[in-house]
Amino acid sequence: MTAARASLGRTAAAHAILIAYTLIALFPVLLIVINSFKSRNAIFREPLMPPTAETFDLVGYTTVWGQGNFIGYFGNSLTVTVASLFFVLLFGAMAAFALSEYRFRGNTMMGLYLALGIMIPIRLGTVAILQLMVASGLVNTLTALILVYTAQGLPLSIFILSEFMKQVSDDLKNAGRIDGLSEYRIFFRLVLPLVRPAMATVAVFTMIPIWNDLWFPLILAPSEQTKTVTLGAQIFIGQFVTNWNAVLAALSLAIVPVLVLYLIFSRQLIRGITSGAVK
Amino acid sequence: MGSLVIQNVQKSFGKVEVLKGIDLDVKDGEFVVFVGPSGCGKSTLLRIIAGLEDASSGAVLIDGANVINTPPAKRGIAMVFQTYALYPHLNVRDNMSLGLKQAGTAADVIATRIASASAMLSLDPYLARRPAELSGGQRQRVAIGRAVVREPKLFLFDEPLSNLDAALRVNTRLEIAQLHRRLKATMIYVTHDQVEAMTLADKIVVLNAGQIEQIGAPMELYNAPANEFVAGFIGSPKMNFIDGARLGETAKTIGVRPEHITVDPANGDWKGTVVHAEHLGADTNVYLDCEKAGLITVRIFGEYRVEPGATLCATPHPGKLFRFGADGKRLAG
Repeated sequence: MTAARASLGRTAAAHAILIAYTLIALFPVLLIVINSFKSRNAIFREPLMPPTAETFDLVGYTTVWGQGNFIGYFGNSLTVTVASLFFVLLFGAMAAFALSEYRFRGNTMMGLYLALGIMIPIRLGTVAILQLMVASGLVNTLTALILVYTAQGLPLSIFILSEFMKQVSDDLKNAGRIDGLSEYRIFFRLVLPLVRPAMATVAVFTMIPIWNDLWFPLILAPSEQTKTVTLGAQIFIGQFVTNWNAVLAALSLAIVPVLVLYLIFSRQLIRGITSGAVK
Repeated sequence: MGSLVIQNVQKSFGKVEVLKGIDLDVKDGEFVVFVGPSGCGKSTLLRIIAGLEDASSGAVLIDGANVINTPPAKRGIAMVFQTYALYPHLNVRDNMSLGLKQAGTAADVIATRIASASAMLSLDPYLARRPAELSGGQRQRVAIGRAVVREPKLFLFDEPLSNLDAALRVNTRLEIAQLHRRLKATMIYVTHDQVEAMTLADKIVVLNAGQIEQIGAPMELYNAPANEFVAGFIGSPKMNFIDGARLGETAKTIGVRPEHITVDPANGDWKGTVVHAEHLGADTNVYLDCEKAGLITVRIFGEYRVEPGATLCATPHPGKLFRFGADGKRLAG
């Protein structure tokens, strides 16, 4: 960077602000992770200290491993998140393509209707959803969670993706039509790769609330077989006694899969293959 | 193989009438250029011929068969787009062969056609590259190659040179002209640039506000424009229009092309002051503010030394004046 564009003082100030924000944002997470490796007494005596040779204790992790069915909970969380994500991206992209590509009566109204869910939280409908799930016999199944999360994620994904789909070159789609590609192939082979960065954004925004959700697993699928990680960690929080080692260990473990998924998608966020398609 | 007939094609988007009844006859092997200002409906008309847009009414006949209900891929057409529209995930060879593969053409036929097209457009060194690794001119050649391998009845070009820089534009224009001569195929070409229209076309269709203003050979439009719009659109710099009353004429407007005016420092019909002069080397454009005729452009061939503020007299060539009536139509004589 040349001196014409930035002064040392301004660069330093910008970095100072960003570093301060990073520290504040990461501090609680760091606290959970370091304390998960400490003995119970050390957690309470010196909560801000990193584990030393003396205070290092894996009792939290062994408790989590030994008690309950944590592998199963992880599996449930992962199944629910990945499946919901898949459906949100698939249906969201399809709806967005239809809204942005085809002229039909009520196009704008349909777009507004589909975007309404951004403003109205799905939890308002919890009672009705529970009745629906009871009536259809889906209580205590992962299917119930996947259905609810798909509905929850669709409005935002349609809203974001349709904006991006409008930017995909009409000429490219028309070239496909003249070459005899079906609308499905135009959608999957030409348009989807070009909106991949937008898909990654939507994936990240959709995935994290699903993984972290406690509400719907508690209401719709609290059985032992269908518990998710966030719900599973609750067994260590009691009314009178809380096993903090186990809680912190469970939470630390719960960060890992979502971090991996985030890393996968964030690579896509940066990568764009649109160059060369159109000028 | 490759005639096109358009019968009373109309198109409206909601209440907006974009095309108001277009009739057109294109013979086999003709190079027809649609030209007009932006928003005149020329691209919409091309998209209707291609089948990418449905006409509100009217018929499109390719080789005598009405194709109004035929999907684009089955119409026997190929199209070259302004933005190239190459498939970003496919290399040059696959870009060119995709349409043929979709149509179920035999592999050896595809190979021969690609070989001849790439030789014709000198694309051989690039066949394995992706569009991202090509320059703008190369990309447009690939797009043309993709059209050529289909051996269509009708080539459609949608402003194919607009995204290229000036030097490449001239080269590619030449290539398209040669392509037409070699393939003897029917070509429809849309542009807003009258230079492209004049240099490429056998027949120019001038469109304005959804209607055809005039159809004719380039020189026909230049020498005998049907109305004020065509007279002003064809030719560069633009024709001078002078209020008839100021010159003591009965016609509403008098038109004279900049190249049909001679200037002299002393003698002439219209005395005026030089406002600005553009020295292009091969010719010199002088903007002259005349007492009688108002602001006019004069095109002088070769170099002509003149400074703003100088006084010049302009004289239109006899017999090169165009007279237009109140309705904009050209009057005889």
